[in-house]
Amino acid sequence: MSSNGSTPLVEVRNVKKYFPVRKGVLSREVGRVHAVDDVTFAVSEGETLGLVGESGCGKSTLGRTIVRLLQPSGGDVLFEGRSIGGLGARALRPLRREMQMVFQDPYASLNPRKRVGSIIGDPMKIHKVGDKRERRKRVQELLETVGLSPEHYNRFPHEFSGGQRQRIGVARALALRPKLVVADEPVSALDVSIQAQMINLFDELQDEFRLTYIFIAHDLGVVRHVSDRIAVMYLGKLVELSPAEELYTRPIMPYTEALLSAVPIPDPDLSEKRERIVLEGDVPSPIDPPSGCRFHPRCRYMTDICREVEPPLTDYGNSHLAACHHPLNVDKETLERVTASPKHTPDSADETATPTEPAGKESKPVPNP
Amino acid sequence: MAERLLEVKDLHVHFTTEDGVVRAVDGVSFELERGKVLGIVGESGSGKSVTAMTLMGLTRDVNTRFQGEIVYKGRNLVTLPEPVMQDFRGNEIGMIFQDPMTSLNPVYRVGDQIVEAIRAHEEVDKRHAKRRAIDLLKQVGIPNPESRVDDYPHQFSGGMRQRAMIAMALSCNPDVLIADEPTTALDVTIQAQIIELIDRLKDDFNSAVILITHDLGVVAEIADEIIVMYAGRVVERGQKRQLFYDSQMPYTWGLLGSIPRLDRPKPKRLASITGAPPSLINLPRGCTFRPRCPHAFDKCMEEPGLENRVEDAGHLDRCWLSVQEKRAVRDRTIRGEEEAA
Repeated sequence: MSSNGSTPLVEVRNVKKYFPVRKGVLSREVGRVHAVDDVTFAVSEGETLGLVGESGCGKSTLGRTIVRLLQPSGGDVLFEGRSIGGLGARALRPLRREMQMVFQDPYASLNPRKRVGSIIGDPMKIHKVGDKRERRKRVQELLETVGLSPEHYNRFPHEFSGGQRQRIGVARALALRPKLVVADEPVSALDVSIQAQMINLFDELQDEFRLTYIFIAHDLGVVRHVSDRIAVMYLGKLVELSPAEELYTRPIMPYTEALLSAVPIPDPDLSEKRERIVLEGDVPSPIDPPSGCRFHPRCRYMTDICREVEPPLTDYGNSHLAACHHPLNVDKETLERVTASPKHTPDSADETATPTEPAGKESKPVPNP
Repeated sequence: MAERLLEVKDLHVHFTTEDGVVRAVDGVSFELERGKVLGIVGESGSGKSVTAMTLMGLTRDVNTRFQGEIVYKGRNLVTLPEPVMQDFRGNEIGMIFQDPMTSLNPVYRVGDQIVEAIRAHEEVDKRHAKRRAIDLLKQVGIPNPESRVDDYPHQFSGGMRQRAMIAMALSCNPDVLIADEPTTALDVTIQAQIIELIDRLKDDFNSAVILITHDLGVVAEIADEIIVMYAGRVVERGQKRQLFYDSQMPYTWGLLGSIPRLDRPKPKRLASITGAPPSLINLPRGCTFRPRCPHAFDKCMEEPGLENRVEDAGHLDRCWLSVQEKRAVRDRTIRGEEEAA
């Protein structure tokens, strides 16, 4: 899947993550939360993959599974071609330097009792990088890199605003010079004006440190600026994977269409003119996900087949994959071509099921992008 | 002309703290008419929430100093004694808070919390109040309200909790509904649902809405009038179209530019406002936005008043640049090209 043919930095192969639901005195397992259900993709070095979906779609669980804060229940994660899905804590330790995470809530992810210097410096201490003086110097450099000042070394997290705290979180993630950074909703807790600053910072850092990002967000507006490709998840499944710009001009999966149309446009006239697809209700329970296409209960193009057969991920050309029986923005010829071609199918999907008919229209949830 | 429900006249709210006097709200004025939506926009710390809480009488404290008036249906809420204010609160002015996770009490059933709100203001028996709670939950779009009314908050999703909060805020038919960042903690899809809901309920209940947000995109759809706040002051005020199409304040341009636009080609960098809002204890001299403004010049050391500088009478701003100068540089600033130059 990588564009240059070399091994991708991260490969996610049919990863599943289930959480048992236990009840009663004996803690019998009465069900399973299908948080991530058979997801496959790869991220090449230097690339940014945006991972988008509503709360409860499994995007954070997937992010945590990739950096092995969680162990996959099935499938495997490959880092630089090496299987890490089953490694134990000790074997993982050297790998922790290579992949780091930035968390969503800047108020909860920094220890309030520690000074900024040790928050950022401790990862280096744990991994025995440099001596005390070198570490201090490096922390101060990092503070400058993320737009804070070296004098902040001895301060406590409560002395900083939300945006500044998130910068501390980024500096901590960069302390060990990782190759991969998984950023889990790093800007959703911030004001829009600060969001823009942070997104620009992520962009600059990528160039400076040759980072590979997996950037998790629920808002398609935010990920557009950082992503090369975007993966859309719904209820544990990957439902669309596309080069970034193409997703905005030509969404194939109706869920993506709805997500796009939910992003507010700060222009009253355009906002009034465009067709708003307001999704009814919430994401259904991942304990007992809907049959067939998991999006069918909320989909406006739903037919009988969607209720019964799970659609396979189909390649519509230009590495644009989507799983839908009634794809949008696809013409007859493309449809005939993809019906004949092999599919990137999760094991659970019905390989023989083909997108039957297009939803019959071109959809532009975003006016003139 | 529509009935004027609320008039805020030169409101100041100052908190005395160990570090000095925090000028959280520093001379804010606006009016609100029935059936209208007023958007209050600004970053964290701009005083928008304190303004809202003061309207509800929630900032009263020995260390708080008020100045100015909040006239609601002819009565000044600032000087109203607390027991009388208690009657107004919830009954006449309802409020929805930002975080639906923390604003519902986790140990009481959702329905009981709404029943409590109703019975605090009206003499109705529990059965009637509960039936009203079910009706309200239905109106705000909770499925199976008859059974969900007995659920605890943790059994609700984030969007449903916010709906329940809205039901509670509307339980006594308030004439003014204040929504303080009602969608910030929610997904974009749920945000769209909640905004649509607030817009619909405003008509159903024939009330007025004050919508507070840091995101101009949210108010683009439903606001009639918008005020932009910075460092406790109103820095621009106008009808929605004036604000979006002929904005006169560089701070508003910054807010507009920060929003990633899906309807435009992707810029190399997002425009952003550099730095952070000033401390409300030590405000910068002159124009409070000066230290972050890309267009600041000598005159900005003097404080500009909130005045009408354009052709449209209701459109006020606090900026010394001439209208021609502003119109010439505005679009470039919003697109973030000024920074690179």
